[in-house]
This record gives sequence, C-alpha cells and structure tokens, in this order.
Amino acid sequence: MTDFNATPTPVKVNAGESLREFWHYFSVNRGAVIGLVVFALLVLVAIFAPLLAPHSPDQQYRDAILTPPIWDAMGDPRFLLGTDPVGRDMLSRLIHGARYSLFIGLFVVVGALVVGVVLGVLAGYFGGWVDALIMRVMDIILSFPSLLLALVLVAILGPGLFNAMVAIALVLQPHFARLVRAAVMAEKNREYVTAAKLSGASHMRLMLITILPNCLGPLIVQATLSFSNAILEAAALGFLGMGAQPPTPEWGTMLASAREFILRAPWVVTFPGLAILITVLAINLIGDGLRDALDPKLKRS
Amino acid sequence: MLNYILRRLALIVPTIIGISLCAFFFVRVLPGDPILAMAGQHGVTPERYEILREQFGYNLPIWQQYFNYLGNVLQGNFGISLSTKRPVLTEFLTLFPATIELSLVAMLLAVVIGIPAGIFAAVKRGSWFDQFTMGVALTGYSMPIFWWGLLLIIFFSGYLGWTPVSGRIALTFFLRPITGFMLIDTLLYGNWPAFVSALRHLILPAVVLGTIPLAVIARQTRSAMLEVLGEDYVRTARAKGLSPNRVVNVHALRNAMIPVITTIGLQVGLLLGGAILTETIFSWPGIGKWMIDSISKRDYVVVQSGLLLIALIVMAVNLIVDLLYAVINPRIRVQ
Repeated sequence: MTDFNATPTPVKVNAGESLREFWHYFSVNRGAVIGLVVFALLVLVAIFAPLLAPHSPDQQYRDAILTPPIWDAMGDPRFLLGTDPVGRDMLSRLIHGARYSLFIGLFVVVGALVVGVVLGVLAGYFGGWVDALIMRVMDIILSFPSLLLALVLVAILGPGLFNAMVAIALVLQPHFARLVRAAVMAEKNREYVTAAKLSGASHMRLMLITILPNCLGPLIVQATLSFSNAILEAAALGFLGMGAQPPTPEWGTMLASAREFILRAPWVVTFPGLAILITVLAINLIGDGLRDALDPKLKRS
Repeated sequence: MLNYILRRLALIVPTIIGISLCAFFFVRVLPGDPILAMAGQHGVTPERYEILREQFGYNLPIWQQYFNYLGNVLQGNFGISLSTKRPVLTEFLTLFPATIELSLVAMLLAVVIGIPAGIFAAVKRGSWFDQFTMGVALTGYSMPIFWWGLLLIIFFSGYLGWTPVSGRIALTFFLRPITGFMLIDTLLYGNWPAFVSALRHLILPAVVLGTIPLAVIARQTRSAMLEVLGEDYVRTARAKGLSPNRVVNVHALRNAMIPVITTIGLQVGLLLGGAILTETIFSWPGIGKWMIDSISKRDYVVVQSGLLLIALIVMAVNLIVDLLYAVINPRIRVQ
C-alpha cells in the first residue's frame, strides 16, 4: 500500500505546520481572537460602507440638525445615532469613516515598512559609513516628537489627508529601520548566510531572500503597532485641522468640527472617538497576540 | 564610565547638527513669505520690503542664512517672534514651566499608579485583578487622548461642574510668577484659594496626558516583573524561606525596575507630543499650544526655534536616561 514514489514536499508541510503552530499560540490569547473578529468586522463595514450606511454621509437634513440618538426622548427613528451640527446622519458618517481609518493605517504601514526595511537592510548589511549615515538620520527624525514633526511636515506639504499620511509614514519609518538593522546585523554572520555567500549569491539576493525572511517576526509585530499608531496620529492631525479636511467623514476631523458642541450635543463627540478607540484597541489586541505567538521567549511560560 | 559618556556625546554632535539643519530648512520651505507674514494685514511697500529683507538677512544665500542662524543660536539668540515681536527664547522660557508642570504631574500619576498596578498584576498573574488591570491598560494605551480629554470635560466640567474647562488658574488671581510652577508659586505666596484653583485646573489635563504613559508603565512593569519572577535567584530566595513580600520587594522589584526606568525615560518625547493635544483641548498656556498656534499663524521664527529647542530637550532627556541606565546596569557600559 505504501507508495514509495510519493516524495513528501517538506517546505509545504513546514509552512502549514508552522502556521498551525502559530494559530495555536495566537488563539490561546482570548483577547487577540476578539480583536481579530472586531477587526474583520470593521474591514467588512469599510468594504460595504455604501450598502450598510442608511444615508449618504454628506446628505444634510436641515430639518433634523443635532438630533440626539434614538434612545433619547428627542431621538428620530431615521437617525440611529443622531445627527451632527449640519444635520448629517452620524451612523452613516461613522460607517464611511471606517474606510478612511483603515486605508490610512494600510497606506502608512506599507509606506513606512517599505522605506524602513530598505534603509534598515542597507544599514545592517553594509555597515560602516552607510550604517552611520542612515542611523544618524533616523536619530534626527526620532528626536522630534512624532506628532510635532508630522504637523510641521503637513504645514510644509499643505493640509490634507494624503500629505498627512505621507508625513506619518515618514515619522514612523525609523522604528522599522532600527528593528531591521538590528535583526540583519544579528543574522548576517550566521552560517547559512556565509554558505549562501560562498555559493555566489549576490548582495541583493543575500539581503532580500536569505536574510530578510528571518527578521519577519518582530517586523510583523511592529507593523501592527504602527497600524494603530497611524490611525491615532492621523485622527490627531485631523482633530488639529491638519489632516483630512471637512466634509470628509474622517473620525478625527469629525471630532474637530464637533468640539464646540461638546456640552450641548455630547453624542457628536462621543461616537467618532469611540470608533477610533474600538479600532485601535482591536488592532492592539491582535498585536499583543502576535507578539506572544511570535516571540519564542514567551512561549515557554 | 567616563569613556561611555564621551562616546555617547560624540554620537550626539552630528545629530544636533542634523536637527538644526532640519529645523532651519523645514521652516524655510514652508509656503508663504516671512516678511509678508511679519507685516501682517497692513502690507508693506516694495521699498520697505527690500529694507526688511536686508535687515533680516533674507537676501543672503541660503547656506549663509543657516550659518548666521546657527551663530545666533549659539549665542542664545533664537530670533524674534513674527507675531508677538518678543524674543523666542523669552516666550519659550515663560511657557515652558507650564508644560513641565503639566508633564511632571502627569508622569507622577502614571508612575504612582502604574508601577504598583503592574507589580500586583504580575504577582497575581491570571487573576481577575490581572486581567482587569491589563484590559484597562490596553484601553488606555489605545486611547485617542484628544477625545478622552473631551469626554472628561463633558463629564467633570459639563455634567458635574467640578473642574474648569481651560487655563491654568482662575482669572481672579494675579500672581507674579516666581518659579513659573503654579502649584509651587501659589504655596510660596501662601495663597490657599489660588492653590486650590490651580490644582483644579491642572487635574484633568494631567489625567489626560498621563493616560498613555500610565498604561505603558503598567504593562512594562508587569512583563518585567514576570520575567524576573521566573529567574533562578528568585526561586532561591523563595526556597530559603523568605517571606513572599520580601522576595517581591527586595529581590524581584529592584531588577525589574531597570527596563521600567528606561520606559519612563522614553515616554518624555511622547509626553511632549501628547502635550500638543492636551494643551490645545484645555487651552493650557504651554509650549505645545504655542507651537500649534505658531504653525497656524505661520510664525516661522517660532516654529524654527521651537522645533530646535524641543528636539534638543528630548535628546538631552534621552541621553540622561541612557546614562542613568548605564549607572544602574553595568553590563551596558562594556558594549
């Protein structure tokens, strides 16, 4: 019965097994699973926003300005979470806002990751003056408070969502560069790298194919952290009037225009912030789970 | 140790030059014209414009302007604010104590609550207290603090009417600053009602600014404690029959504090970033609000020198933390 010709494919089995092992460690953390579920729901909400939102996010109902949420005696069944100061439906704006926040997170992380990895690999692999130059530039970026630096960059580039994302990616990118550099420096003198070098692999191949995959663990954790940081910082910039501009239904921008109504209409302030908090919390829960699952030091406990 | 300090200082020189370059050139590429901004809405005649350009050195090549700027800064001249016409350094020194006071109280709250919470969570690992504390800590860590500030205002100022909404002290008190720290000045004058007023103004901003450091410190303390509690010397101490309190407080805590102190130091940069938001929400007259106001007023000189001063402070604090770290942990010095 045994088929001796069936050659096992070790690479595939390993990948499946390590994924299963990873899931085993990840799912032990109940919070991480909850975070993942919430995040998945948010992604669905963002994708299907136009179908889910009961109203257009920009439609102004002039007869229903500052309507409280439905559970208030003054509530209007048309507007579940009430309306804002110009009569737009809060719920619809929040649903559309999910698109902005998740897109901001994704854009910033990809941008910061690509730039940070390239700089980090170059610095760690070549060392010497390349390393010194890149790392001093990273030190300079890190010695400004990130929000302040992002603010000044946006002031230079002009307020707006795209510029805000570019600025945030720029200030978050040194964390990736430092991480990758340290990992590359630890890996580059290992035997498998020497072996690859002796068999004639090019610098490019050594950097990207031989070394980089072995630095993935901490990078994934950092990417998750940056994702939530990016959302928070973009919301802060929006709140300070330097990020997405009204009438964009971005959550931070919504908070900025709601500020003067905080005592009269608390719901216009409460919900956008709650949306930010839930999103960031879900991502941070996932991040904690990933860190525990990917960090071999914690596995033994 | 001296060797270590010298090496660290040598690394800092290029960073300082880089910071000054950034502050200078960032601001020079800001859209708008500094002289028109200075003239304000009255405008300026073309002849006067040329005179002013020459007077402020804007007609020189840009690199020469940079060196002039650097030379002035080294002599303690950080320029004159375009909007208030006062020296930037004077403004900075007037406003800085407000930010320091706010940050210190915020940090105090974070340390006094965060460290014990982290220790208990680690000692009672897996208990409801541990889960609850870590849940709260992660929520605090994920908090958009500008929203958190607004919520606290809604509840404590709007609903309960306990705390004022903005400023450092009620306008009815006129106190000439001695130290610039409102809590200390009011006590030095022996003016008890003023002290209470200052405290009531301070408490909400301090809670808001302290939230994220508190969460970070609690989490870091817990994980550092857990790591140390698993070490052999802790087991030995337990096996010797020492009381659990003594094991935790003497054997574990001292070693666990090393990473926690680093974490506290690293929060300083973040604290200054958080101060921008906190001071904006509570109209707190500190450097965070000053910077954001200057950015929106396009006050080049303030933004330039403010960036430089803030970056230098963050760097100095990080350096001090590194040195302290080397003092506590001799292993660092050798590397």
